[in-house]
Amino acid sequence: MSISYKPGKVPHPLEHRMIFRNVDREGWDPGIETYLREGGYESLKKALTMAPVDIQAEVKTAGVRGRGGAGFPAGVKWGFIPPNNTKPVYLICNADESEPGTFKDRYIMHQDPHQLIEGMVITAFAIGCHTAYIYIREEFPYAAKILEAAIEEARGKNFLGQNILGTGFDLEIHVHRGAGAYICGEETGLIESLEGKRPYPRIKPPYFPAAMGLYLCPTIVNNVETLCHVTHIIQMGGTEYAKLGTPNNTGTRILCVSGDVQKPGYFEVQVGKVTLGQLINDMCGGLRPGRQLKAVIPGGSSAKVLRADEKFKLKDREISIWDIPMDFDSLAACGSMAGSGGVIVIDDSRSIAWVLNNINAFYAHESCGQCTPCREGSLWMKKISDRIVAGKGSPDDVDTLESVAYRIDGRTICAFGEAASWPTESFIAKFRDELKAATSDSLKGAIVNPETKLAAASVKH
Amino acid sequence: MPHQVPVEVEKEIDQRLTRYPDKRSALLPALHAIQGHFRYVPEDLVEWLAAKLELDAIQVMEVLTFYPSFRQSEPGRYHIRVCRTLSCAMAGSHVLMDALAEKAGIDRSHADHHHPICVSKDGRFSIEFAECLASCGTGPVCMVNDDLHEQVKPEDARRLLDRYS
Ligand SMILES: Cc1cc2nc3c(=O)[nH]c(=O)nc-3n(C[C@H](O)[C@H](O)[C@H](O)COP(=O)(O)O)c2cc1C
Ligand code: SF4
Ligand code: FES
Repeated sequence: MSISYKPGKVPHPLEHRMIFRNVDREGWDPGIETYLREGGYESLKKALTMAPVDIQAEVKTAGVRGRGGAGFPAGVKWGFIPPNNTKPVYLICNADESEPGTFKDRYIMHQDPHQLIEGMVITAFAIGCHTAYIYIREEFPYAAKILEAAIEEARGKNFLGQNILGTGFDLEIHVHRGAGAYICGEETGLIESLEGKRPYPRIKPPYFPAAMGLYLCPTIVNNVETLCHVTHIIQMGGTEYAKLGTPNNTGTRILCVSGDVQKPGYFEVQVGKVTLGQLINDMCGGLRPGRQLKAVIPGGSSAKVLRADEKFKLKDREISIWDIPMDFDSLAACGSMAGSGGVIVIDDSRSIAWVLNNINAFYAHESCGQCTPCREGSLWMKKISDRIVAGKGSPDDVDTLESVAYRIDGRTICAFGEAASWPTESFIAKFRDELKAATSDSLKGAIVNPETKLAAASVKH
Repeated sequence: MPHQVPVEVEKEIDQRLTRYPDKRSALLPALHAIQGHFRYVPEDLVEWLAAKLELDAIQVMEVLTFYPSFRQSEPGRYHIRVCRTLSCAMAGSHVLMDALAEKAGIDRSHADHHHPICVSKDGRFSIEFAECLASCGTGPVCMVNDDLHEQVKPEDARRLLDRYS
């Protein structure tokens, strides 16, 4: 069957559209009839004939790794629910999509909500869950409405509710809206928020959600995209699914590219089958005329930055930034991470101090404030980089900044501590000279960005 | 005059309450319902909501004051949020912010971390920076009430505001 896409939205030939098959499609709408017309909810019907353990086994065989940031294998995570558990089991879809540079879940929820709901019903059946929540960020008000309408439609067809399709399985899914805090994307912060509290993350151990999550019951938290993959795994079988992508990095994933490229956008590719060079040059039309690549943040703003002229060691091969395969293991081997799939491209017109300052302002604003190193440190990192950008830095500031970052990393309750300090640690490790120059020769010697002044003017924020 | 919670808002809260095994979980949905009606959460309703959810007022307050989306004072009829974060900033969102504030007649010179929202004199618009709105590929982006606007150029500011009157 040939699918046509809206003008200007046609997938690139290097893409492999599965999760985003219906995104930007001509004649597609989020309604259930449209979804059913093309085999929607057939995976659910198939799953309901399987034993829950067999569904879990398929997902394990498929090897799909979490698309929310940490890249943990979904099937393995589901297996952490204690076998002798007698409490209710909860499933939470993490639809907080708040990692800077990430913009994929939004399109799934706005345009293809039933794909997510189908994945959630299958997952709930596999883990023995009867109440599931979609925790969606407040800034997606229309998506929340679309999902609520889709849930009603699905209930109308008995894909949800009591005795689903006569199997005796019951499930309700509820949409729960967040309220503008990044830390609600962290799974234990999310759980606290869903319990009606401040989203203060819980310490692990003991609060691993699969054992002690929502209301201290076993809880599986998965990202929107991860849950959509479940639908496809059941449809094609775990073994077939695992043929997509590369070993240990199976399936497809959506890469979101923003920043200094000619055509930013989203691209669904087989994991590891496309290099960073192909992504930037072929899929995004390359850099703007006359510009050179300076750096790439490959997996959301928390990922460590890669410098354009670095050499990376990958399986005894020395490669350049352009040759890095976009998969979990390769990006980890290059000292960064695949994270949430948000690729931010930075060209040589940008001042590194300005970029780092913008990132630091984000983490200073979003720290939940529970741990002293994170609460105080994220603010100090912002203040010091404010000062550097404003042209009032001293050469010692770069070292001070670095020492603050290393005093957060590894000393906090949740991984926000790393998320907040890795940018500073990696920017300094890789651009120390430029940052030092920015302090001594306040922006004169360094590359001047037209927005530098404005950023400095708004440092109060 | 103390604020009155309209019947339909209370109904909405009652309906949301049925979705959780624990009343406290309905706190964010309840605050959304109240803010959906008043455009902010009036302080005199904190006690009311606490009683409704069988909480202490402080448990409502700590949530109300933590989350950036909840407002404790009245914003403009049209509340604008401009993305401040990296990809949008690279695409010029700080210039956009200045253009929108100027055209909306808003003085942002007193904006700070604790008072991020500034309102125009006529009460029509208010504005603040928001962090990444998950539309980084089409920056700079801003939201006006519930609507997302993408690739907004500073020179489009006037036209954008004219759509909200
Ligand atoms: C600070 C922080 C923010 C996060 N934000 C998100 C988010 O917005 N969306 C998301 O799916 N996961 C986010 N995560 C990851 C979640 O904690 C969790 O690992 C994920 O939702 C699990 O789903 P997955 O295994 O399907 O990826 C965040 C983690 C941290 C530490
Ligand atoms: S590391 Fe930061 S965000 Fe995480 S719990 Fe501690 S203070 Fe909160
Ligand atoms: S940086 Fe503005 S939407 Fe992400």
